[in-house]
Amino acid sequence: MKFSIVAVIVLALLSFHRAGLAQALNGQPYIHDPSTITQCDGKYYTFGTGGGGLISVDGWTWNPGAERPGGGLAPDVIHIGDRYYVSYAKGGGGLAGGHASNVYVMWTRSLDPQSPDFGFKDETLVASSDGIEDCDAIDPAFLLDPTDGRLWLTYGTYFGFIRIVELDPKTGKRMPGNTPINIAIDCEATAMMYRDGWYYLLGTHGTCCDGANSTYNIVVGRSKKITGPYRDNMGQDMLKGGGRFVVGASGRFVGAGHFGHMVLDACVEKFSCHYEADLDRSGFSVLDIRPLLWRDGWPVAGENFTGGVYEIQSERSGFALELAVDFVRMPRIWRGPSGGPGPGIPRPAPQSSGTHPPTPPPPGGGLPMMPGFFNRVPEGPLVSIPAQSLDSVAKDWPAGTIDIRIGDFMSRPHQKWSITPVADAGGYPGSPYFKITIAGTERALAATADAELVAVPGITGAPEQLWRIDQLTDGTYRIMPKLVPGSNEQFVLTAVGASTVTLAKFDPRSDISRWNFRTP
Amino acid sequence: MKRLCTFILLVCDVVYVLAQGLAPASGGIEHLPPAVDTVRSIAPFFTQAHASPRTPDAEGFIQRWLLLEPIYKPNRGNTVFTDTYIRRNLDTAYFPGQFATFPRNGEKVKVGDQELVWHALETSNFNIKLFRFAYGLNKQTYGVVFLAATVIDCPKELKNVRMAVGSNSASMWWLNGKEAVLLSGDRRMVMDDCVSKRLTLTKGRNIIRGAVINGPGMSDFCVRFIDEHGQAVRDLTITLDPRY
Repeated sequence: MKFSIVAVIVLALLSFHRAGLAQALNGQPYIHDPSTITQCDGKYYTFGTGGGGLISVDGWTWNPGAERPGGGLAPDVIHIGDRYYVSYAKGGGGLAGGHASNVYVMWTRSLDPQSPDFGFKDETLVASSDGIEDCDAIDPAFLLDPTDGRLWLTYGTYFGFIRIVELDPKTGKRMPGNTPINIAIDCEATAMMYRDGWYYLLGTHGTCCDGANSTYNIVVGRSKKITGPYRDNMGQDMLKGGGRFVVGASGRFVGAGHFGHMVLDACVEKFSCHYEADLDRSGFSVLDIRPLLWRDGWPVAGENFTGGVYEIQSERSGFALELAVDFVRMPRIWRGPSGGPGPGIPRPAPQSSGTHPPTPPPPGGGLPMMPGFFNRVPEGPLVSIPAQSLDSVAKDWPAGTIDIRIGDFMSRPHQKWSITPVADAGGYPGSPYFKITIAGTERALAATADAELVAVPGITGAPEQLWRIDQLTDGTYRIMPKLVPGSNEQFVLTAVGASTVTLAKFDPRSDISRWNFRTP
Repeated sequence: MKRLCTFILLVCDVVYVLAQGLAPASGGIEHLPPAVDTVRSIAPFFTQAHASPRTPDAEGFIQRWLLLEPIYKPNRGNTVFTDTYIRRNLDTAYFPGQFATFPRNGEKVKVGDQELVWHALETSNFNIKLFRFAYGLNKQTYGVVFLAATVIDCPKELKNVRMAVGSNSASMWWLNGKEAVLLSGDRRMVMDDCVSKRLTLTKGRNIIRGAVINGPGMSDFCVRFIDEHGQAVRDLTITLDPRY
C-alpha cells in the first residue's frame, strides 16, 4: 500500500513535470550553431558548426544525415530559385586565439545527399576579417529582401562590429563595389527578417559554449532601412549594444542562440535556435523550434504546446468546444426567506429556458430568494458547492460517437479537454501530434470524412484523431487534424457559427480559425 | 562564438581544429583587402587629450579619460567575474596611492614588475576602446585590468543623477571615492547597462574612477550621467584636472 501511494505521487509529479515544460525535439537533434531550417523536396534540413547537419521528415524528429563540405563555423542556408546557397566561415571566432576569418558562399540544387542534384559548387569568398580589425567574419546569415529582391549577408561576432554586405542573388557572389556596413556591436550569430516595413536584426548576446552555465540569449533591433540603424524597444542602437530580448533559458534548456526564421503559413511562423545545454540530454547542445509571435511590431518567443486539461475557447465567440450532450443543471440550494442557507432543499428544475432565469415561486409564495439578490448577505456559514462530476453526467451520454459544438463555458465535464502528446505518431515543426479527449474519458476528438467533427468513443490512434496545434503570430492557436479521411486538404478547426464548429481551410484574416486554451 | 571559459578552452581548441576541416579551403580564394584600422597605433581610436575643457557628447558620454596601460591579470575566461571576485580584485590598490592621488598624463607607476604609464586621451566614439588602447601601445590585450580616471566639473550641484555604465567585461566605478556601480559577470558592452543609485554631483570638480577587467576578447566601456527622466546630463565639462 505504501509503495502504491509513493508510486502514485511519483507518477503525478512526473506528469506535472512533463505537462508543464516545453518538450525537446525528438530523435537526435544534437547541433551547435544551426543554420536557418530549410525545406527541400519535402524534408527539413539544418547545418551546424563543423560540417554535417540534421534532417527531419516532419520537423519533429531530427537525425544526423545532412552533408556540407568545408567544415568551419556556423553556416546559413537560403533557397533562391533552383539554388540552395550555403554560407559558412573558416577561421576566427576567437577559437585558438584568432579573429582572422573568411566567409564563403557555395550552392547546390538539392540539400538531399541522395539526390542526383546534390553537389556544392562555386565556393566563393564574400567577406573576411584580417584578425586585427574590429570585426571577426564568422556567423553569416542571409536575407533576401522581399521588397526589391536584393540579397544581403550579415556576419560578425563579439570582436568588434556586426557587418552587412550585399550579394548577387543570381550567383551568391559579393556585389561589385559593395563595402561592408557596421550595424551592431557586441553580439554574434545574427539573422535577419523583414515584416511590415521593418527590417529586423536578430543577434545573440551572452556567453556560449559553457554548457549549463552559458548565458546565451537572442535579442532584436529593427530599422526602416536594411543598413540600419537597428534600434531596440528603448530606442537604443545596436551599435551601442542595444537589443530587445526575444528568448533565453527556459525550463530545462539553457542558452538560446542562433535564431532562424521559418514561415510555415500565413500567421504561422516559427523560429529555430539551439540551446547550449539540454539538461535532460546530458547537457548536450540541441536544436529547438518554437512559435514566433508578433506583438506591437516586435517578435516574441512563443511556447510549444505541452498538453494538459483545458477549455478550448473560440476566439470568434468566446464560447467553448463541447460535446453536444444535454446540459445537466447543478442542483440549486433553496434559501430561506432570510437569505440564509435555509433548509438545503434542492430547488425544482425550471420548466423552460430563456434569457432570464426562471423564477418559480418559493414554498409559501413570495419572491424567490436567490443568493446575493436584493443585497442579501449570508447569515449562516458559507458552503463550498462541489463541481459537477464526470460520473454524474457521463452515464447519460450516448455510447457511440457524439457531435461537437461550441457553447457557453460552464466548466462542466463535457467541456474539459485533456490534450496529450502522442508518442511515435510523428509531428510537425517543433511538436508531436496530440490526442484531444474529454478529460477522464477515452472520448476523442476526431475529424470525419465529410470534414466535420465528432467525439469517438475510443482512441485508435488513427490520423483523424491526431491533432496539430500551432501557436499563431498573435498568440492564439490553430488546431488541425493530421488527416481528414479521404481528403488531401488541410483543414482546421473553424467556428463557422458562434456556436457551431466544423473543419475548413484556414482563414488567417479571421478569428473563426483561432482558439485559446484556458485552464478550466 | 564568444569568449570561452578556462576549462573548456582546450576542448574547444580541439573542436575548432576539427570544425575547420582537414581539407584546405577552396583553392585560389584570398582574403579581401584588410580594413584601414589594422595599423598598430591607438589612432584613429584615440587622440591626445587637450587642455581645454570638453563637454560630453550629444548623448552625454564622457570621451576624455586618463587610462593606465593594462595591468597583467591573467584570466582565460570571463565567467569567473562574480561580484565577490570583482570586489576582491578591483576594489584593491595595485600600486601605492592608487585611490589617494589623481594621475597625470605620462605619470609612471609600478605594479609588480610592470612599469605602466598613464595616458590622457580622448575619443570621438561614445565608448572607450580599451582593447585598441592596449593593442595600439603593443601591450597585453587579454587577461588584463584597465584603470581609468576623469574629472567632471559641474557648474552647480546636481542631485538625483545616476552614473550609467556599460563595460566589456566586468568593471567597478567610483564617484568621489565612493563605489557607484559594479558590473559583474561575462559582460558585453551595452550603453546604460548598469546604473548607479541616485547620486549627487557636487558643484565644481567630481572625480570618477573605474577599473575594467577582461579575460579574452574585446574590451571597452562607456560612461555617462542621466537625470531622473533618463535623459543625458550634458551640463558638465571634463578637464582631467582635479584641482579647484
